[in-house]
Amino acid sequence: MTDGANAALVEVLLRHADDNTILGQRLGEYISSAPELEEDLAIANGALDHIGVAMHLYEYAAEIAGGDASVDGYSMRRNEREFTNALIVEQPNTDFAHIVARSFLFGVYQKLLWEQLSRSSDERLAGIAARALKEATYHVTHARRWVVRLGDGTPESHARMQTAIDEMWRFTSELFEQPDIDSVLIESGVVFDITRERAKWDAAVDDALEEATLVRPEDPYQATGGRLGRHTEHLGHLLAEMQWLQRTYPGASW
Amino acid sequence: MVSEHQTTFDETIAADEKIEPRDWMPDAYRNTLIRQIAQHAHSEVIGMQPEGNWITRAPTLLRKAILIAKVQDEAGHGLYLYSAAETLGVSRDELQEMLHSGRHKYSSIFNYPTLSWADIGVIGWLVDGAAIVNQIMLQGASYGPYARAMVRICKEESFHARQGYAILMTLAKGTDEQRQMLQDAVDRWWWPALMMFGPHDSESTHTEQSMDWKIKRMSNDDLRQLYVDQTVPQGEYLGITFPDPDLHFDEESGHWRFGEIDWDEFWAVVTGDGPMNRERVAHKKKAWEDGAWVREAATAYAVKHAAETAKVA
Repeated sequence: MTDGANAALVEVLLRHADDNTILGQRLGEYISSAPELEEDLAIANGALDHIGVAMHLYEYAAEIAGGDASVDGYSMRRNEREFTNALIVEQPNTDFAHIVARSFLFGVYQKLLWEQLSRSSDERLAGIAARALKEATYHVTHARRWVVRLGDGTPESHARMQTAIDEMWRFTSELFEQPDIDSVLIESGVVFDITRERAKWDAAVDDALEEATLVRPEDPYQATGGRLGRHTEHLGHLLAEMQWLQRTYPGASW
Repeated sequence: MVSEHQTTFDETIAADEKIEPRDWMPDAYRNTLIRQIAQHAHSEVIGMQPEGNWITRAPTLLRKAILIAKVQDEAGHGLYLYSAAETLGVSRDELQEMLHSGRHKYSSIFNYPTLSWADIGVIGWLVDGAAIVNQIMLQGASYGPYARAMVRICKEESFHARQGYAILMTLAKGTDEQRQMLQDAVDRWWWPALMMFGPHDSESTHTEQSMDWKIKRMSNDDLRQLYVDQTVPQGEYLGITFPDPDLHFDEESGHWRFGEIDWDEFWAVVTGDGPMNRERVAHKKKAWEDGAWVREAATAYAVKHAAETAKVA
């Protein structure tokens, strides 16, 4: 591959790795606070899956980038402006409905993404995506079940689930943005046009909302910036906590 | 007069066979098991908090993943153990209520705070190490479901202890600050770990009866000695010191002899006045109360759905 294509691939890998790291961190925060023990297990399981995928992607990025690039360096020593995760994954665990809404809306996107990337001409990326696809399928099934149960549960759970969907909605269009740098990789079949998947996302989300007796939000405002490292205020705090040990004791091994 | 049931029960115990859920058992045996298994389940669940305290700050993604897997195992152990307790005719909701109201205890070790990353390693090494000594014995417990839960739990616990020790080996080979972090954690956790085996045999109200029933197969003091003998050499290998001036190897007996535990501290923590007792229970209650609307929704949905299914049929 050309240097340009290599640089683009590193960006793509970091983008998806960052999504998984930050969502894994958010889910990790919540363990021991779930409504029942079975949910603590499920949340921990999701956190583990996301962190596992992130590690594979960072590892691959580090190999291509060479030099002193590493999994720990990418995850623990980059700044807020260098993280290119989507804004939705950094949103806080406001309540269980928000956790479910975030996992569901993002999960449906991620499942479509991994479906695409499992056909990548880059075998290593295709392999990572194929494994991640199995996990994402489970995450979506699990989150969807809760969207439906909460939406069609009690008046309180319905109101909370609708609020959570409404609040997360403005972070969903960003998931289907395609950064310009990807074009070189689209040509070679390493990655694919994600904008084409939007209709499938809409259909899957609408289907769940309908079953859940929830209303699809009509919020004209859609936030953007995550893929360029322009985040909500939440990410800085998340990273301050996540990176604290590595930042406090530079050079130490753990 | 001894009933026929009692005779069968006594013979089963004497023959080292297992008592199963449908077998007759004396009420006192049943109640002792419910208390002990529930306490064990509660300990797993409360134990998720001190370790969960470091999930967000684990120093690398690999360490984070290992720690999450460990906390997840604890949730799983809690579930098996609650299920084992349920075979004795008590519900999980009742047991949770006993925990929340303070009528049930959990292992006091989790009432100490985790103040540095080294604490996560030390919990794996010292706390899980102590739990393993206890649980290996419990694999031979006379109540079948409990003994079988222990077999599975022991396998996972030995992985936990190894990962704890691996964290500590890394710190021991690290910078001066990391070695200080390690020593400080050992200084804070050593005595509470020894307390995990409970009061001296002479002070233990339950030991004798539990040993007769073969729920416990070794006494508190014997288990504690076994633990000290296996742990001290591991500490030496790490290059740490133990916070006990009386600790020494006794050539004659072949045992490591140690100083007297601060029993005032032990009883204070057991009865609720430890550094984190109130926070641990408050966190658990808060999670439970915050989740009430979720559980209600799940029930409401299930009821609606069942009604619809019935109509269709």
